[in-house]
Amino acid sequence: MLSRVAENIYWLARYLERAEDTARLLSVNSNLLLDLPRATKLGWSEIIAITGNDELFDELYPNRDEASVLSFICGDLRYPGSIISSLMAARENLRTARDVIPREIWEEINQLYLSVREQVESGITPRKRDVFLNRVIRSCQTVNGLIEGSLSYTQVRTFLMIGRQLERADMTTRIIDVRSANLLPRSPGELTPFENIQWMSVLKSLTGFQMYRQHVRLRIRGPDVLRFLLQDRRFPRAVGTSLERLANALQSLPRHELALNEVETCRQHLAAADIAVLASEPTRLHSFVDEIQLDFTELHDAIASTWFAKPVDATQLQSQ
Amino acid sequence: MSNVNWEDYSAQGFYDELIAGPGKPRPEAAMLCDYLAKLDAAELSAHKTAAEVAIQLMGITFTVYTEGNMIDRAWPFDIVPRIIPLAEWQKTEAGLKQRVQALNMFIDDLYHDQKIIKDGIFPAEILAQSVNFRPQCVGIKTPHNVWAHICGSDLVRDQDGTLYVLEDNLRVPSGVSYMLENRNVTKRVLPELFASGLIQPVDDYTSQLYEMLSSMSPRQGEEPTIVLLTPGIYNSAYYEHAYLAQQMGVQLVEGSDLVVGDDDCVYMRMIDGLQRVDVIYRRVDDMFLDPEVFNPESTLGARGLMRAWRKGNVALANAPGAGVADDKVVYAFVPQIIKYYLDQEPLIPNVPSYLCMFEDDRNYVLDNLDKLVVKPANESGGYGMMIGPHASKKERKKFAELIKANPRNYMAQPTLALSTSPTIVGTNMEARHVDLRPFILSGENIFVTTGGLTRVALVKGSLVVNSSQGGGSKDTWIVDLAGN
Repeated sequence: MLSRVAENIYWLARYLERAEDTARLLSVNSNLLLDLPRATKLGWSEIIAITGNDELFDELYPNRDEASVLSFICGDLRYPGSIISSLMAARENLRTARDVIPREIWEEINQLYLSVREQVESGITPRKRDVFLNRVIRSCQTVNGLIEGSLSYTQVRTFLMIGRQLERADMTTRIIDVRSANLLPRSPGELTPFENIQWMSVLKSLTGFQMYRQHVRLRIRGPDVLRFLLQDRRFPRAVGTSLERLANALQSLPRHELALNEVETCRQHLAAADIAVLASEPTRLHSFVDEIQLDFTELHDAIASTWFAKPVDATQLQSQ
Repeated sequence: MSNVNWEDYSAQGFYDELIAGPGKPRPEAAMLCDYLAKLDAAELSAHKTAAEVAIQLMGITFTVYTEGNMIDRAWPFDIVPRIIPLAEWQKTEAGLKQRVQALNMFIDDLYHDQKIIKDGIFPAEILAQSVNFRPQCVGIKTPHNVWAHICGSDLVRDQDGTLYVLEDNLRVPSGVSYMLENRNVTKRVLPELFASGLIQPVDDYTSQLYEMLSSMSPRQGEEPTIVLLTPGIYNSAYYEHAYLAQQMGVQLVEGSDLVVGDDDCVYMRMIDGLQRVDVIYRRVDDMFLDPEVFNPESTLGARGLMRAWRKGNVALANAPGAGVADDKVVYAFVPQIIKYYLDQEPLIPNVPSYLCMFEDDRNYVLDNLDKLVVKPANESGGYGMMIGPHASKKERKKFAELIKANPRNYMAQPTLALSTSPTIVGTNMEARHVDLRPFILSGENIFVTTGGLTRVALVKGSLVVNSSQGGGSKDTWIVDLAGN
């Protein structure tokens, strides 16, 4: 497989997963809206903070109301992390790799992009919000299903898996981070009843509510949810599961030692987390998420330097 | 709205590919015309929609440079095929083989002994002025002595029914994928007609192409590594590049994927290291192939590619320099070229051409500017052309000055009355002008596609068939009524 194609396939998977998980991130707030008492005012500003794009947002929009945040994160091409930008990038990466991916997958991604673009043009109003987010999530799942059912077990699939799992691990930590970013107005007396609602909405956004109940068999409690989302090895969107599947995929590739070491570093970091403290102290959770995301960046660098396009080195030439 | 009535169809005095006269389909088209006449307007429209849906679903696209981010558009397609009788096609096929064989001998001669110039058949000054002659290619031995391995020749039919060659595309001709996809779409839309068994299949092309490319490999006896080199997704023919790579099961590479080693062999960068490449079907123009030899700014090719090619370590199709015969002045010499190398009369005529460098021709051109099409020798894509009958007095005067100032740069041809073929316009059947681009593969043997890509000018009265300018295409049927 060509290095350039491997790189495109990897990014295709990352962008697709990013589009889906960005929709899931927004749906944390959506779910909260449904569950909170009417009098509680929900903040949308923190969503922007989580993406780390305050500056760009403030340049483009006068205030942080729901409509502006939705428009920025769903449909703004000027923001490279928006859902529409991610889908466009996925499509562009696929375009240069169309010869190795079954036609139906291209058609589905193409259709999703075109339909998202159409919806964005007509405006993502709060009323249409949930339908839109669900459509994005479901279509991305459809693409994953097509990959599962129609792509041979070759290196193409391996690079798709690597991109998807790394992005998913990264995005799950960001979604967890929503919890740490005071979404709700906090006064000491009020905190407790809403805390669990927030964790529940995080679980629901990750389609993890039922699996949590089956695996943990406890009522929703912060530390249990956090342990489940970070360390579980059975739930597909848990960081622990993603890293395990990533490690398995890496092992099928030649020269995988460097990347595999980086995965090991991430896993040790995860295993060492003091869950109880993280669950009760949002600032600690936030800095933990920051650290683990640095690990992910290093993992990506290891993958890129091992397999992706780079200047040729003479030793390789001689070994031919 | 009513059914198609062939009595009402008129080709406005042009030669029509399907209809001989009011209500009279040509014998090979009778089956199709009867079928279409039985459809009511709603059914016809449903057929048309089915084709559009198939094209969108199959993702058949082409690129228009001017549309910014929207880099692909659905391929404009008309469901009514163009039909050519098998017997006529067999003659055309023989003529194309003859033509391409002679052109390859001509190119090989130009890069070696230049006998045709020494023998006074081809003027040395034309070669000296050629922008597509590559001195870097002099003396190179190519596999089977072939330079233009893939050729797309444009054929047009005049009022009296004669097929002419309008030009030969010997550099990086495109369109063959659309020929293949048009057939796929038509099979979905008109399956009943294919059941007759009278329509010749076209799907052999990609395996013929693969075999031809394999036969060029410098490492015979080993399974060759073949790649298709594309300039990338922004090229107007990228869809075709991806399509052909996929159909042949070869890697679709970009310049940055290739590297030439110290051993002057070409390698591609794979995830498990470098892999030797034997044959490159390049869809990148000569000037961008190798920054070491040609355009130093180019990132579309690979540094050292020409070194590897000269040493015979890699085969390139088409060979660099093949475009020397893809030139409007050289075109005018093709009948002499055929006679010189093969000692045969051309089986398909050229459109009569007047070279302004010759005094008699020039005087004729200057006296008949209102009847002729004047073309500059070294431009392509219709740039800098004058269509006499449509030009203003002022424009003709301007061209007369241009010709006198630089006679060698101009040639002229009579304005052809291009043939038409029935095309669906709204819910009606109307006559639209068509041409035909068959593809010719030259390796050990010569292979010609069964028919080719029929392009149609969808705008009424227009002669412009280019897809970027309101052109579309049709499936092309070679029909054998004898049922062989």
